[in-house]
Amino acid sequence: MTTLFWEEEIETLPRVGLESIQLRRLKHLVTRVYATVEPYRRKMDAAGIKPGDIQTLADLQKLPFTYKDDLRDNYPFGLFTVPLDDVVRVHASSGTTGKPTVVGYTKKDIETWAGLMARALTCAGAHRGDMVHNAYGYGLFTGGLGAHYGAECLGATVIPVSGGNTKRQITIMQDFGSTVLLSTPSYALNLAEAMDAMGVDPASLSLRVGIFGAEPWSENMREEVEKKLNIKAVDIYGLSEVIGPGVAMECLQTRGGMHVFEDHFLPEIIDPDTGEVLPPGEKGELVFTTLTKEAFPVIRYRTKDISRLFYEPCPCGRTLVRMEKVTGRTDDMLIIRGVNVFPSQIEHVLVGIEGVEPHYQIVVEREGNLDTMQVRVEVSEEIFSDEIRVLENLAKRIKIEIKDLLGVTCSVKLVEPKTIQRSEGKAQRVIDNRKI
Amino acid sequence: MRVEQIAVFLENKSGRLAEITAILADNGINIRALSVADTADFGILRLIVDKVELAKTVLKENGFTVGKTNVLAVEVPDRTGGLATVLKSIEEAGLNVEYMYAFVNKTGENAVLIFRFEEMDKAIASLQQGGFTLLSGEQICAL
Repeated sequence: MTTLFWEEEIETLPRVGLESIQLRRLKHLVTRVYATVEPYRRKMDAAGIKPGDIQTLADLQKLPFTYKDDLRDNYPFGLFTVPLDDVVRVHASSGTTGKPTVVGYTKKDIETWAGLMARALTCAGAHRGDMVHNAYGYGLFTGGLGAHYGAECLGATVIPVSGGNTKRQITIMQDFGSTVLLSTPSYALNLAEAMDAMGVDPASLSLRVGIFGAEPWSENMREEVEKKLNIKAVDIYGLSEVIGPGVAMECLQTRGGMHVFEDHFLPEIIDPDTGEVLPPGEKGELVFTTLTKEAFPVIRYRTKDISRLFYEPCPCGRTLVRMEKVTGRTDDMLIIRGVNVFPSQIEHVLVGIEGVEPHYQIVVEREGNLDTMQVRVEVSEEIFSDEIRVLENLAKRIKIEIKDLLGVTCSVKLVEPKTIQRSEGKAQRVIDNRKI
Repeated sequence: MRVEQIAVFLENKSGRLAEITAILADNGINIRALSVADTADFGILRLIVDKVELAKTVLKENGFTVGKTNVLAVEVPDRTGGLATVLKSIEEAGLNVEYMYAFVNKTGENAVLIFRFEEMDKAIASLQQGGFTLLSGEQICAL
């Protein structure tokens, strides 16, 4: 029978007990970060805050926010709190202007993370004996390895299949008897479609549950995935700056919001414009403070994800607060096939190619179950040529450089000047036609 | 001996060519020769006109991306093998043709071949040496 909890005591702790753990960890964190990381110390000094000022959880609000820009400004290792000798792994995610943002882990961080992913997997009903089909990308992206270590920690068998090669994935599912699928929700739909094309009946597989994350998805998509793959679908949340996957996880019993692993990550919902903390239940920007991470802790990290926290008791018995499925962003970040894409990165590529700031537009569509991205570039006099070959090479080069920088394949369309809509003089950079 | 040609970027959408020719007509510009090169996504319209600068200005004013390049105009008798002779000579000289197009003049006696070469100077020398007639922009407009 399925074990309901990985760490029952902490997952079902009364809020008072949980809060006292959080406060103890928060005080320790702030003291340590102030003592070891100069950029944090400078920010706190500028705000007139000393570690001793943190006496209650509400005092967290006195601390300055940490932004993605802070990570970039201190690229690559400037915000690490331990010597590099103690860092056993780094991961990186795409940055907004070409430079990735780098995060690091000590040996203990890796153990913490694996434990949290094991907790998340248990939350989804996975257990020792399961065959975990891990189709998250392995590499600098935290998804693949994060889930991998968690499944091993759980005692399940991991199939590190990573992304792509869909036919082989389906064969593996059939032959190895995959029971738990980890992937982006759109890739799950893609798998379902490929099964259909191959004449494989999902009901003939051993798949029982799918853990989906790394891109936005809706309740409609959940229904579709569940129906098409004959599984239960649950939502997982994480971001590399906080730890990776395993920050919050939906329970199989309720499937209504993700339990934030609050003993390790302290969530807040703020008004993105004023920075004010909003009352429970209100929608706003999600902010995280890591309570236990060693190598790369963050204080009040602005995720730019829009969500809501709700404290209503969950039928599953967990007392951990739930966060609503992320419903949007406060910035212009797009998620294309699980990869974060900022329009500024596309601009960075284009400027680098011609030395002039071109007019461009990104058009995102969902064709079948996969996202496609088209980059439209206005042909200015500087880049125009009377030779087809030159223009075709230009389009090809843009495509390759975007692929190199972002890891996403796009199509490039050259368009006439002034064809890109400009509203109030400002070009509309993104047209997102996806209906999620 | 070089002839100025203007090139216009075209997205493959209906009515663009008609729009360009209307703009030129409204400004009293006469088209002597034209060609369209296209791919699935876009096209390039190449034009030889009597008023190059004016054409460039008015098209730009109407929002088109316009470029100006030099091409060579070779006059050959309009009879079987006329083009073949020129191309043979070009091949022997090891010249690389980027693109070409042709038109026949009003009297129908001669054909004019428009060439864009990678190495223009070498092409001029070689064609002149081969005894071919190169036309200037004025000569084309006077045809």
